[in-house]
Amino acid sequence: MSELLDLTAAQAAARIHAGDLERGELWRFYRDRALADDLNAFIWVCDGDDPEAIDSSGPLGGVPIGIKDLFCTAGVPSQAGSKILENYRPPYTATAVERIMNAGAPVLAKTNQDEFAMGSSTENSAYGPTLNPWDRTRVPGGSSGGSAAAVAAGTVPWSIGTDTGGSIRQPAALCGIVGLKPTYGAVSRYGMIAFASSLDQAGPFTRDTTDAALLLQAMAGKDPCDSTSLGLPEPVRLPTATDLTGVRLGVPEELTGEGIEPGVLDAFRETLDLARELGATVETTQLPHAPHGLAAYYLIAPAECSSNLARYDGVRYGFRADGRDLLGMYTETREQGFGAEVKRRVLIGTYALSSGYYDAYYGRAQKVRTLIARDFEQAWERFDFIVSPTAPGVAFELGAKTADPLAMYLNDFCTVPMSLAGLPAISIPNGLSEGLPVGFQIAGPAFSENRILDAAHALEQAIGFDGSAARA
Amino acid sequence: MTDLEPVIGLEIHVQLSTRTKMFCGCALSFGEEPNTHTCPVCLGMPGSLPVVNAKAIHYGLMMGMALECEIAPRSIFHRKNYFYPDLAKGYQISQYDIPLCSGGRLGDVRLHRIHLEEDAAKLVHVGQSGRIHGSDASIVDYNRGGTPLAEIVTEPDLRSAEQARDWLNLLRVTLRQLGVSDVNMEEGSLRCDANVSVRPAGSTELGTKTELKNMNSFRFLMQGINAEVERQKALVAAGEPVVQETLHFDPVSGRLSPLRSKEEAHDYRYFPEPDLVPVAPTDAMLEAARAALPELPAARAERYASEWGLPEDTARLFAYEPDWGDYFERVEGEPRTVANWVTELRARAESPAAVEPAALSKLVSLVEARAVTAGNGRVVLDKLVAEGGDPAEIVEREDLGAMGDSGELAGIVAKVIEDNPDVVERIRGGNAKAMGALVGPVMRETKGKADGGEVNRLIREQLGV
Repeated sequence: MSELLDLTAAQAAARIHAGDLERGELWRFYRDRALADDLNAFIWVCDGDDPEAIDSSGPLGGVPIGIKDLFCTAGVPSQAGSKILENYRPPYTATAVERIMNAGAPVLAKTNQDEFAMGSSTENSAYGPTLNPWDRTRVPGGSSGGSAAAVAAGTVPWSIGTDTGGSIRQPAALCGIVGLKPTYGAVSRYGMIAFASSLDQAGPFTRDTTDAALLLQAMAGKDPCDSTSLGLPEPVRLPTATDLTGVRLGVPEELTGEGIEPGVLDAFRETLDLARELGATVETTQLPHAPHGLAAYYLIAPAECSSNLARYDGVRYGFRADGRDLLGMYTETREQGFGAEVKRRVLIGTYALSSGYYDAYYGRAQKVRTLIARDFEQAWERFDFIVSPTAPGVAFELGAKTADPLAMYLNDFCTVPMSLAGLPAISIPNGLSEGLPVGFQIAGPAFSENRILDAAHALEQAIGFDGSAARA
Repeated sequence: MTDLEPVIGLEIHVQLSTRTKMFCGCALSFGEEPNTHTCPVCLGMPGSLPVVNAKAIHYGLMMGMALECEIAPRSIFHRKNYFYPDLAKGYQISQYDIPLCSGGRLGDVRLHRIHLEEDAAKLVHVGQSGRIHGSDASIVDYNRGGTPLAEIVTEPDLRSAEQARDWLNLLRVTLRQLGVSDVNMEEGSLRCDANVSVRPAGSTELGTKTELKNMNSFRFLMQGINAEVERQKALVAAGEPVVQETLHFDPVSGRLSPLRSKEEAHDYRYFPEPDLVPVAPTDAMLEAARAALPELPAARAERYASEWGLPEDTARLFAYEPDWGDYFERVEGEPRTVANWVTELRARAESPAAVEPAALSKLVSLVEARAVTAGNGRVVLDKLVAEGGDPAEIVEREDLGAMGDSGELAGIVAKVIEDNPDVVERIRGGNAKAMGALVGPVMRETKGKADGGEVNRLIREQLGV
């Protein structure tokens, strides 16, 4: 049995394709592990048999997958971690999920998340927090904490999540796995329950970069149902690079200085040394507007969410509270249905869009966003990639930051600039600090996924991170 | 005290007659089983996304070109946020600071803008009253939700309710001719709000305006505007200020009641719709829209008046009802005479299809050649509408041919003069109108086959007057 657990998804798929492994066996193995999960990584687990409709001859080889709760999956609970969508079963399936199923991966489970993807610890889920498999007193990061914890714990071989300001990369870092946020537009958002439309992007959680490439290959593509989707200009290749000869890495002062835990910085510097050994050049640089990214992000994302979440009014679906009249029903439904962090952001966003404040807040934040994108544009003239720690610290204890929203928001400090600029970025595990995983972020120009995966693959081979302790 | 003049601007919502909704693939419908034309997108289901209807953009471009607007090279959609059960997403996708079309003109009224948006769903109030107050429950029919709308906003160039009505009618026939909308006020595919203010005649400043809603017929539009103009004039006369507010027109009482004041106005928190990309019409799109433009009523009326010499009202009639205009152009003959006969036909038939253009041409030529009198020509037309056939054959069969110069008519005239000495006396006494009392009996005697002018000439000749 433990032999199955040691296989990456790509290895398992290869065995199934070769006839050396029966897909039902793999399904039952992970189904039983997922049903026995004690991290609260899942909101729903399929307790049935391997769905026969999925064709395992596809590239994903019948290897089961975990899907973040906020992806609509027809007939299966899709609640975005919120009480307001309690028991909501959508009539249709998200494009990204459909593409994954068409490529041969059956959906095993829906994973826990911060409510509507708002949070960095998965503590904002209406269905209880998810625990970090490396230390059960700590959070797995968020908002896609369930997807990250499940892959790290080996209760699913791989999973998908969404990243708005870091919600794939930060939990991947805190759980010691690979998380990739593609270029905005690479993967269709159709059927992804929206948090902030101009930032949300789906991507894979995997044990290694090969699995990430395999999954991205299936997910990415232009979708007529999403006007903002573009797909990728070239097919995703499985990464093969083993060195970084001639690769120019830029290290922004703004993302590698104050506020980063010493242990995280140590691991970061060790990885930079490895990169040099592999042939890369490493140079310090500036992203002058990056420090304003967090402030801009926490206006733009709430503004969009205040509008995106207006549809949860109790009229058509989901949770409804009784009220004396229409207004009473609205306010009671939203008062009882939304959690504190969601309400906070809806309020901030409503305020930022209000007449008289729009220019000072939303308008100004959009200008900062443009400046940050320009910073990156300038960086690409000198560098192939911008690298930084993924998160400023290791996994923190449950409850440590719930009382201080600003401290929680700082978790996104290193990941938000790329989100605002719509750029692809990956987090790979690059060691431990205080016995907990640390992540290394590689960001590149728009649509440079293949190159990012190659660089990450070369580093991954050199780092030799062992995540098996979390799967025990 | 100086006279007060009304200043009126209109905001017109037009449902576009596309096959599908503005942002999803559901078919448009009217009067069908509730909630049967819906999907995750128009129901605002979690995760669904809008996609712009290309045909709606095409229609928008056609309207912009027909109404001489400036087309934006890149227009964007905004979200207009407010809560109401007829709004599935909690926001309406509309256009805000960069509409598809800006400026423009129709007739003597300038346009401010045309933008595209989606219609709301329909609330049905269940219970005895049938209205929101006192109803037992309200249910929502989302069939209409997401129907493409064009909002056309005029500048405040109208000066009376009648002018507003006439201009709205011109807009209606123009849009119908474009084929972009059914423009049916009763079914709600054409809806008109009015902004009304008054000011001293000759002033160039605008007074405080009120917005009038729910005038869903041309009659109600006039009633509403007139009532509001009178109300505002009375306020000004009494030295009281006009308050900016939205007023609701009640068709039953004909009265206006406040809906909300400026202070209560919504803050719609407009912001660019992040789920859509800007609309940037390509040369091909612009060319396709231009190629689809038909001749529009104003231009056609002008052409009929200047090139065909039709009187203004007849020219407008055929221009506004293009079926009749097309028919008119296919009937051969002297244009004004043909126009009279087409008008005669229009009074007798619902559509020009009732009589072949060639048949009417023949009738016109028979009348022009004086082979049939105008009066008997109308009898022939009745037969054509009722039974069809050939005008010449009808004339032959029914013995409706005009009398020739055989002298028979002179004999009949002489006999009538002899039979009516008293009338002759009056005519000789200088009463020219009395001549009619002789013409009538002659016509009766000839079964309408005599030419009226010839009869008159013969009477004068024989009486020597």
